[in-house]
Amino acid sequence: MATIKVTRPKLTAGEKIYFGSIFKGMIVTLKHAYRSLRGKSVGSKELASSGLGITMQYPEQKWDEHLPEYYRGVPALVTDEQDRERCVSCQLCEFICPPKAIKITPGEIPNKDEWAHVEKRPQSFDIDMIRCIYCGMCEEVCPEQAIYLRPDYVVTGNSRSDMVHDKERLYEIGGKRVGLVNKWNKLK
Amino acid sequence: MDIPFLIATAIKIGVFLGVTLTFVSVCVIFERRFSAIIQDRVGPNRTMIPLSILGFKKDVALPIGGLTQPMADGLKFILKEDFTPDYVRKFFFWLAPCMTMVPALVTMAVVPFGSPMEIGGQIIPMAVADLNVGPLFIFAIASLSVYGITLAGWSSNSKYPFFGGVRSCAQMISYEIALGLSIVPILMFFETLNLGHIIEYQVNNGWLLLPLWGEGLSFHRVLLMIPLGISFFIFTTSIFAETNRMPFDLPECETELVGGYHTEYSSMKFALFFLGEYAAMIIGSALIVTLFFGGWSIGFGLDNLLPIGAWWVSLLHIGVFLTKVTLFCLFFILVRWTIPRFRYDQLMNLGWIVFFEAALINVIIMALMLAYPYQPVASGIGAVLLIIATVVLIKIAKSVLQKPNALGSV
Repeated sequence: MATIKVTRPKLTAGEKIYFGSIFKGMIVTLKHAYRSLRGKSVGSKELASSGLGITMQYPEQKWDEHLPEYYRGVPALVTDEQDRERCVSCQLCEFICPPKAIKITPGEIPNKDEWAHVEKRPQSFDIDMIRCIYCGMCEEVCPEQAIYLRPDYVVTGNSRSDMVHDKERLYEIGGKRVGLVNKWNKLK
Repeated sequence: MDIPFLIATAIKIGVFLGVTLTFVSVCVIFERRFSAIIQDRVGPNRTMIPLSILGFKKDVALPIGGLTQPMADGLKFILKEDFTPDYVRKFFFWLAPCMTMVPALVTMAVVPFGSPMEIGGQIIPMAVADLNVGPLFIFAIASLSVYGITLAGWSSNSKYPFFGGVRSCAQMISYEIALGLSIVPILMFFETLNLGHIIEYQVNNGWLLLPLWGEGLSFHRVLLMIPLGISFFIFTTSIFAETNRMPFDLPECETELVGGYHTEYSSMKFALFFLGEYAAMIIGSALIVTLFFGGWSIGFGLDNLLPIGAWWVSLLHIGVFLTKVTLFCLFFILVRWTIPRFRYDQLMNLGWIVFFEAALINVIIMALMLAYPYQPVASGIGAVLLIIATVVLIKIAKSVLQKPNALGSV
């Protein structure tokens, strides 16, 4: 192995005393302070600053329009073009969920129903958002393309029960999702 | 001891203690906001008065920009669990925070906050104690706070706090010397140790570092700026080291020592350390302002136009003094967020090899300059001797600072 001899740089007298650079440093920090007070810090425009520094004041200002297409937030259930629940309560997501956040009560579809041939739909579908780790396993495992991670990310509540998303809330977040495989659609 | 004197002193103690403690919290919020804007952030700007605990229906955000943050911080400290580990030396563990905070507050006693007030024919100086040995008293008491930190480090009975305590002890004792020596030229110039008289001189003859009126405009005075400037520089830097502020905050440097001497402390006991540190910073600023920047004087000869002794003049002067102290606290904060921390050997070299010698030489320069008008020949000879001594000292310092060559290298 080659030995690399590192020689320390020769410092000039001014560099050895280094008080000059301390004052230079103070000018740099003061410049930053002055710029951020005027709301003209470097990068404040690109980062949509609130006017002080480059920080965005979160609940009032949001980053939503900058969110990328592939952003994965909360898991939610989706319906198809004919407003049919895509979930058939196979419970695969419940079993794969690493933190055990999903709880499904399966139910049968009555014979009179338009979609009776699908046979099952969830009676209740709860995702405990305190436990959810946003891993996307449920989306991965779902054979019916019924559960997706949506771009929503604001999940707040005043109690533990507020943080549990029930079926209604999940469909509200998920909405309608078109252009997926429709194997239950008899029209074909 | 007459009764009015006692009453006046009691009132002054209450008011100035209150002002100092309020100032601590102001410094904390300044520190947080100022550091934030230096780093292009916002800082705590949302703390508001929770009107709902006062019985109102909703919390309304008053436009105060987070000024109540120190209150919230203080409340947090009080409400936190006060945990005492069972392996500590209990008595000293409890004693240490008090011993850090009390000296810092006691030193405030001799600092004149404003011009003397005349009430009922009696002239009341705006310092709690108008001592004739002001700066010496401050040094004597302020150096006691090293006991608090050392005791905290030792009584915690744990390694990192111990290192912090030892470091702090060595650092404060080292810089005490430079601090004491750097102030000698100033006292030689003023020929008094009474802080009130020092300020009065500056009111009439120009601030020490801004001699623009009165006798300050003489050529001799301008020449004296050289030793006084060196004094100011050494004094300010040593104050940084004494108060354990940033470029010299080795005792609590978190990259090496977790939290330093207060690692094992929690809740209000930790808050007392915090308070002591900021109080020390304020007293340091107050001392610098008093000695070098005219204390409570407005400057430019404006003070003599005001009726000395009127209550509103006193209050005005208190306001001027506090403004100056605030500016200096901001300077302290700016330095903290600009300069990286020194290494410990650099700190010791700076204290013992650079500042100690520089302060000593500075004392002699000042003496020669003051003596020159009366003893030109003797001071000339003295100057030559001083130059020789300085050269020798620099040689010695260089040889001390030089690292021995490693074996095998040329």
